[in-house]
Amino acid sequence: MSEVKYSKEHEWIKLEGEVATIGITKHATEMLGDIVFAELPEKGSSVEKDGTAGVVESTKAASDVYTPVSGEVVDTNQVIVDDPAKINEDPEGGAWFFKLKMKDTSEMDTLMSKEEYDKFAKESGS
Amino acid sequence: MEIKETSLINLHKSHGAKLVEFAGYNMPIQYSDGILNEHKFTRSYCGVFDVSHMGQLFIYGDDDLTKDLEKIFPIDLQNLKKDQSKYSFLMNDNGGIYDDLIITKINNGYQIILNAACKNNDLKIIKEKLNDKYQLELKENLSLIALQGPGAKEVLKKVIPNIDDLKFMHGGEFKFNNFNVYITRSGYTGEDGFEISIQNEIAENFTKVLLDKGSKLIGLGARDTLRLEAGLCLYGNDINTETTPIEANLKWAISKKRIDDKYPGSEIIKKQIESGVKKLRVGIKPDTKVIARANTKIFNEEKKEIGLVTSGSFGPSVDHPISMGYVDSNYSSINTKIFLEIRGKKVSANICKLPFYKKNYVKEI
Repeated sequence: MSEVKYSKEHEWIKLEGEVATIGITKHATEMLGDIVFAELPEKGSSVEKDGTAGVVESTKAASDVYTPVSGEVVDTNQVIVDDPAKINEDPEGGAWFFKLKMKDTSEMDTLMSKEEYDKFAKESGS
Repeated sequence: MEIKETSLINLHKSHGAKLVEFAGYNMPIQYSDGILNEHKFTRSYCGVFDVSHMGQLFIYGDDDLTKDLEKIFPIDLQNLKKDQSKYSFLMNDNGGIYDDLIITKINNGYQIILNAACKNNDLKIIKEKLNDKYQLELKENLSLIALQGPGAKEVLKKVIPNIDDLKFMHGGEFKFNNFNVYITRSGYTGEDGFEISIQNEIAENFTKVLLDKGSKLIGLGARDTLRLEAGLCLYGNDINTETTPIEANLKWAISKKRIDDKYPGSEIIKKQIESGVKKLRVGIKPDTKVIARANTKIFNEEKKEIGLVTSGSFGPSVDHPISMGYVDSNYSSINTKIFLEIRGKKVSANICKLPFYKKNYVKEI
């Protein structure tokens, strides 16, 4: 069974076995506006919880993408690098950013549920 | 300080505007369509921009006024015909730019369109230089609406039938619902278009009619990508009191006839025209899709710092990131390879020709 959790930096994370797929939330894309550039971590690199793991740029500004959990990058989504507009179209589906082999799956417990995130996003403004 | 609103604030809100503070005004950065769509719609048909935050300065006077204004602005006002507009600058004694502006000769004087963030300071400077000899009015009772794009003429003609004859950088008095409006054929997007100076109380109604005729509201976000593609300067970013018009590659705007005359900064301008400049504004295109924004450092192939980016974004019609900035003039020729420092990495780029986007003239229908 897969589990989806959310971070305060507006990433979503879906855990299947010990592999986590990470992307940015629809709420994040709405705040950013039209995304025109995406940079992803290198395959095989290690990333640490709350560290930078990529960049997205909208027509307005650049924003870091953080990883909500630690692990080794096992896959990245070239589709969003080639066509960053996909991130606005399908942020919580096809436009995932990277997949991690998690070091410690208990890190998932520190993140928010869908209900908690929706409430958080609403309170943190548009 | 209280944030000001333009007379179109309710229209902005009803069209899903994201409002941000800009130069003391609550302005729409984008509407519900988003910056990319708004940009493309302007290039393909016709966008409406609320630029009422900009200053509309009127100076009234006789022939002496023309002579006195020539002591301030480096353009040939003697030969400026009534209803003709010219791009110019208000400069300090070093040739640095206080503001870039459009000056139009009108009945009994001049209309000057100023940047919102500069307008109050400009008024103070101009007033001082004119020794209070003339009547100056920064009119708050007027809105300014820009209509831009290949369809601008078609849209405006449906509202004001006799605008056909207006030539580029010329203006004239027209009527809308029995109100006088002053329209110039000009803009800041690289497209054909008009700027309409209109009384606040009818501005919303007028804009609604333009929207009914097929145009769409466009925010300041798309205005920025449109002007950047057109190679036009944003005051505060690409030009400021530390840059001269010559360094900004805007020499064309200094009247040849005025080069030997005296105006603020005239000695430096003349010297720079004759012997060149150390830094020059250029267009920059990165080799990859990475965006070099303002304050990105520029390096040569030997990794020596040679300049700074002043504006940068993604160019929706160019379909590539684009930037403008200043480089050591030894590196300013087209196709010079340079490097941009972005997030700690040196990214290769090239100096390229401005504008990035050249208008495709549509056939007259």
